[in-house]
Amino acid sequence: MRHIISVLMENEAGALSRVVGLFAQRNYNIESLTVAPTEDETLSRLTLTTIGNDRVIEQITKHLNKLIEVVKLVDLTEGDHIERELMLIKVKAQGNQRAEIVRNVEIFRGQIVDVSASFYTVQLTGSSDKLDAFIEVIESVNILEVVRTGVSGISRGEKVLSL
Amino acid sequence: MELLSGADMVARSLADEGVEYIYGYPGGALLHIYDALFQQEKIEHILVRHEQAATHMADAYARATGKPGVVLVTSGPGATNAVTGIATAYMDSIPMVVISGQVMSHLIGEDAFQECDMVGITRPVVKHNMSVKSPEEIPHILKKAFYIASSGRPGPVVVDIPKDMTTPTERYEYSYPKSIKMRSYNPVTRGHSGQIKKAVELLLKAKRPVILAGGGVIHANASEQLTELARILKYPVVNTLMGLGTYPGTDKQFLGMPGMHGSVEANLAMHHSDLILNLGSRLDDRITNATEKFCPTAKLIHVDIDPSSISKIIAADVPIVGPLDAVLNEMLKLVKASSIELDEEAHESWWQQIDEWRGRHGGRYRTDDSELMKPQQVVEALCRITKGDAYICSDVGQHQMFAAQYYKFNKPRRWLNSGGLGTMGFGLPAAMGVKLNFPDEEVVCITGEGSIQMNIQELSTCAQYNLPVKILCLNNQSLGMVRQWQDLNYESRHSSSYMESLPDFKKLAESYGHVGIEIKRLEDLESGLKEAFAMKDRLVFINVHVDPFEHVYPMQVPKASMRDMWLSKTERT
Repeated sequence: MRHIISVLMENEAGALSRVVGLFAQRNYNIESLTVAPTEDETLSRLTLTTIGNDRVIEQITKHLNKLIEVVKLVDLTEGDHIERELMLIKVKAQGNQRAEIVRNVEIFRGQIVDVSASFYTVQLTGSSDKLDAFIEVIESVNILEVVRTGVSGISRGEKVLSL
Repeated sequence: MELLSGADMVARSLADEGVEYIYGYPGGALLHIYDALFQQEKIEHILVRHEQAATHMADAYARATGKPGVVLVTSGPGATNAVTGIATAYMDSIPMVVISGQVMSHLIGEDAFQECDMVGITRPVVKHNMSVKSPEEIPHILKKAFYIASSGRPGPVVVDIPKDMTTPTERYEYSYPKSIKMRSYNPVTRGHSGQIKKAVELLLKAKRPVILAGGGVIHANASEQLTELARILKYPVVNTLMGLGTYPGTDKQFLGMPGMHGSVEANLAMHHSDLILNLGSRLDDRITNATEKFCPTAKLIHVDIDPSSISKIIAADVPIVGPLDAVLNEMLKLVKASSIELDEEAHESWWQQIDEWRGRHGGRYRTDDSELMKPQQVVEALCRITKGDAYICSDVGQHQMFAAQYYKFNKPRRWLNSGGLGTMGFGLPAAMGVKLNFPDEEVVCITGEGSIQMNIQELSTCAQYNLPVKILCLNNQSLGMVRQWQDLNYESRHSSSYMESLPDFKKLAESYGHVGIEIKRLEDLESGLKEAFAMKDRLVFINVHVDPFEHVYPMQVPKASMRDMWLSKTERT
């Protein structure tokens, strides 16, 4: 099953490579990873998505917790949560295509953020599934470039991951 | 406040930490630090002949005392040579602080002379590693290194220090922190009371219980509590390879070691038990055999300070995260206060069963199939002559298993071996590390002609620092464990497991200024060993010619359960 694990860790050199190294070392996979400092600059928030059975996920969270720089972590998929990913996608847009793409962008509540005579750049935010769905709608021959941020997430309600 | 250079801070911090010996090898990046060491008297530096040996010496000090050993190696090859020793310590959870020199900060990343990314290279084999970015940080970083290495589940910590952090002319305020507090690292100090209660209840109601004690009991200095608990309950105890000595090896309740080369009674008892109290063993693949066939009727209580060791291999029914001394103290209290009556009838028949299993093999080996001396006989003779009370530092291979099986350890921290990583070349430096710190104790390196040659250069260090260890080389002229597997699984095609051109070990030892003894016949064994051990102040290399065709038994049948074992070349359970 897919899990979203959110990690609060010391914003120190080498901390990120320790997390990434752990996954390589223990043969766990990372589907996506995103990291940036929080409002407290001494802390970074790292969110990663991974796939594994309960036993693997338990080991992943235990090993992450063992890393000296990791302060706290939460498996967001264990509870209600909001998940968002941002995608910028550059697509061919000529003739009739242009109107169809605009329609699709509206359906997906995206924005066209750059326009030229033969392409659009679309910005889309949502769950990973939604971004995948948009990519399917646009035929692959028309896709010039895709860039995704990886998943960020936060718990719903009063639950917070902070010091 | 006192002003010190970075180099002086390294020396002073180590002294303020109470470090007596450090083990290392100088080089360009460390010259400032070595100069600072020269100008002080609190710490003595031991110059090894290869950095790997420095790490094993420090590691052995830690294994024998529980306190972190300290290593000092230079950048580049000095650092990479230390990696095997760091990984060895990591796999066995040994506290160690390794200081590695690094090229000047402004050269990092430029492929400078003797540059290597030590922090990157060691990341997967350390508990933590750090790099010094400013000289003022040195005392704090070193304190942190000692704290992390020795608390929680112990492990090695690497501190990488660029040369320009130690410039003698640049001085900074020095004070060594008394303690360290970290928001991201707080090792547990006790186990969950509810879980412990649950565990004790299961323990008291068990009909066919086994107590399994591993290396964690040694790290927590909890063998007294373990022994008390086992004796109150009169339950059988097995010790893993790393846990040997936590329970007296000569005690009737002791069943030996479980696993691949474990005793018949230990493996059968675990397989047929209804409850395993696992204290600080991580149940690695050399114990469990096929995990899906592991102890089908047993419930598992797993106590470990590291939550990631629990349910990693075998799902625990009652997981308890905590230091073993605290958890065992609480268990003892509950056991003593409990009103639950032990099922004595069940225990009696359990012991009868165990004694029957004991009789089936009972640590016997054949002596009638060869004129040659058996390695097992040598270990038994060693145990007799040293009264089972020596520090035994083993290398890796058949001799390691024979030592584990036939030397009866009655105290913890007397058996030092590389159990996790299986590092050949560990034995001699380990023995040196122990002898240096315990000069009045008998220290033996049990080795083979393969392993000893991996760090034989340290005979020179032994001469320099007068380390009269005894080296017992079970010489079978082949890489015995490899050969055994080739016999069993590759129709005796002995691919590269035969060592031609062995040195004359007696002469080799003599050339370093030591004593060499050859023992070729069984009738000379006892007297030869006595002669060697009578030379209290000399390093004696005892080269014993043993049967090259001997195998280690019992041996678990691969991909089967714990109870499936070869008892000899022809008998199976």
